[in-house]
Amino acid sequence: MPDFDFEALIHEEKVHRSLYTDPDIFALELTRIFGATWVYLAHESQIPNPFDFFQTKLGLRPIIVTRDGDNQIHALYNRCTHRGATVCRQAKGSTRSFRCPYHGWSYSIAGDLAGVPWREGYARNHKEDNRFNLARISRVDSYRGFIFGTLNLEAAPLVQHLAGIRKPIDDWLDRHPGGKIAVCEANRMKFKGNWKLAYDNSADGYHVIFSHRSLLMMENRFSPDDEKGMSFYKQHPDDGPIRVHYYGNGHHFKDKRPTLANHPGALWQIEGKHPGMEGYEAELREKYGKDADYYLDLAAGIPMNINVFPNLLILGNHIQVLEPLSHTETATTWYGTAVVDEENALNGAVDAINALRMRTQEQFPLFGEVDDLTNFEEIQVGLGAEEDPWVYMDRGLGLPDRFTEQDGVISGPATDEVFMREYMKHYKTLMMANPTLSISRGGEN
Amino acid sequence: MGDIQNPSETSHYVTDAYYSDLMAAFTGWDDTDRLCLDPVVQGRAYALLYQEARYLDQGQFKKWLDLFAPQCAYWIPGTWNRGDPRREITFAFHDRRQLEDRVYRLETGYAWSQQPASRTSRLVSNIEIFRTDQADVFMIRSNFHMTEFWNGESRPWAGYTVHRVQQIDAAGFQIMAKQVNLLNCDQNIRNPSVTL
Ligand code: FES
Ligand SMILES: [Fe+2]
Repeated sequence: MPDFDFEALIHEEKVHRSLYTDPDIFALELTRIFGATWVYLAHESQIPNPFDFFQTKLGLRPIIVTRDGDNQIHALYNRCTHRGATVCRQAKGSTRSFRCPYHGWSYSIAGDLAGVPWREGYARNHKEDNRFNLARISRVDSYRGFIFGTLNLEAAPLVQHLAGIRKPIDDWLDRHPGGKIAVCEANRMKFKGNWKLAYDNSADGYHVIFSHRSLLMMENRFSPDDEKGMSFYKQHPDDGPIRVHYYGNGHHFKDKRPTLANHPGALWQIEGKHPGMEGYEAELREKYGKDADYYLDLAAGIPMNINVFPNLLILGNHIQVLEPLSHTETATTWYGTAVVDEENALNGAVDAINALRMRTQEQFPLFGEVDDLTNFEEIQVGLGAEEDPWVYMDRGLGLPDRFTEQDGVISGPATDEVFMREYMKHYKTLMMANPTLSISRGGEN
Repeated sequence: MGDIQNPSETSHYVTDAYYSDLMAAFTGWDDTDRLCLDPVVQGRAYALLYQEARYLDQGQFKKWLDLFAPQCAYWIPGTWNRGDPRREITFAFHDRRQLEDRVYRLETGYAWSQQPASRTSRLVSNIEIFRTDQADVFMIRSNFHMTEFWNGESRPWAGYTVHRVQQIDAAGFQIMAKQVNLLNCDQNIRNPSVTL
């Protein structure tokens, strides 16, 4: 495979189209990004109990994330060590073992080879060394329920890698009882475009009133004066308090919370119109009085936009996961999250909150994201123009008054492309490095 | 703001009790013993389903909305086993107001995912009607196959639909709830902005 001169392809103010159109660059990304850096795999609430499993991907590698009987989490390659068939064909579930449907080899939930049918026909004993255990992602670690994996033994520990982006993640979780959420199904979409088109969009405050114009009109069709949802982008958004913060390692955070009034119920107040709002609100207010404001806020989306390179985008109450399918196709799954209330801190209101919260989460994917995805697809079409290769991302560049830099965190106005410039620098570093990737086979026992 | 009585503007009727009733109405309704073969009822049901398909194919969304009751549900489960929409994200769950939101958005001219609009052709068949405990309420099960042409690509959408309908006058039925069960409801789908 050709290597590339990434210095020539990625500049401060622009990147070359080939980052989005060249299948050989995509192939390199599958190792240098989706392999060599920490990649989000799954959320622990998707495998809540021992012997649960959930299928995911590391780049194009089929992965089963499992929880063994000792509550250890593993990320196994879904690839039989005999001739390569997948051993698990269910999206999620619970099992003591995986039995390959082709010739019946079986593996424990931790990936260790458990049985080979008619083994007297083999000269070797497959269980003697660990090479016939399922391959596994050599490093798997969680941060507060978010499971990541990498094949790079030299990568910094996960907490160090996440660095400053942990604070917004903490804030995002800590508004919930017990500091946790549970994933509950998803709006699932894909688009004919490179995965980076979605990451380029992740903290983009510039596109909002244009790309989402129909949604903004819809959200405000009853109340031109009492503006909802994303309306704060309508006025000159750069003069407002919304800032985008770049934390290094490709991670960034757009914080829209400073636009909120500082009282319980403020989030609920700016929430758009969703099924059941008035009915549930009336019931909650009648039953819980003043506490209802806090409960209603839990049903509302939090205006935070936390982007963990390369594939985890926390937006509102969603956990959006990007999955590259090819250089020109990407799946984007918008997992909904529910409130969990093990201690009954919410006095029995949790079901009503979640019933509302399901509906508040569905609107944006259906009536907003679809328009962005169309624009991503149309960028992919536009980038077919070979002789006009540059993609510009210089909004804010050369205007130092727009930025602050403190403790390594770069902050700029809502619509600046600073996050894109900075993540592209990180991307370049990763693409120019060539670390050794390694799987493990477990089987220490 | 908003007329409390008007479900086009407010959503008072979608309560916990409403969801419970909806779940009950959409459970165990397709008992063969309840099949309704009355040709008058069949005639009304076929007319409704064909009319609905035609309005959607023609992009006559306002007329399509008129087929629904003021207090209605439009439900596309995101799981094949149809979990409780109070506990899981759906492909779509609209009340009356959000159905009107959908149509409003499409008609702004700025819904890029439907600009230009999808061209669709819907086949509706295998229509069976089931009686319920209410004499004027029926469940209609039908299979659909829709071909959508959008942005250079023709693609199929298929599954079965369940309409819960109420007879409102001699002329016909009104849709109380529509449930669309997509074969690929739990898969990642390109541009899911077409109206089913
Ligand atoms: S490929 Fe799995 S047992 Fe043969
Ligand atoms: Fe967007």
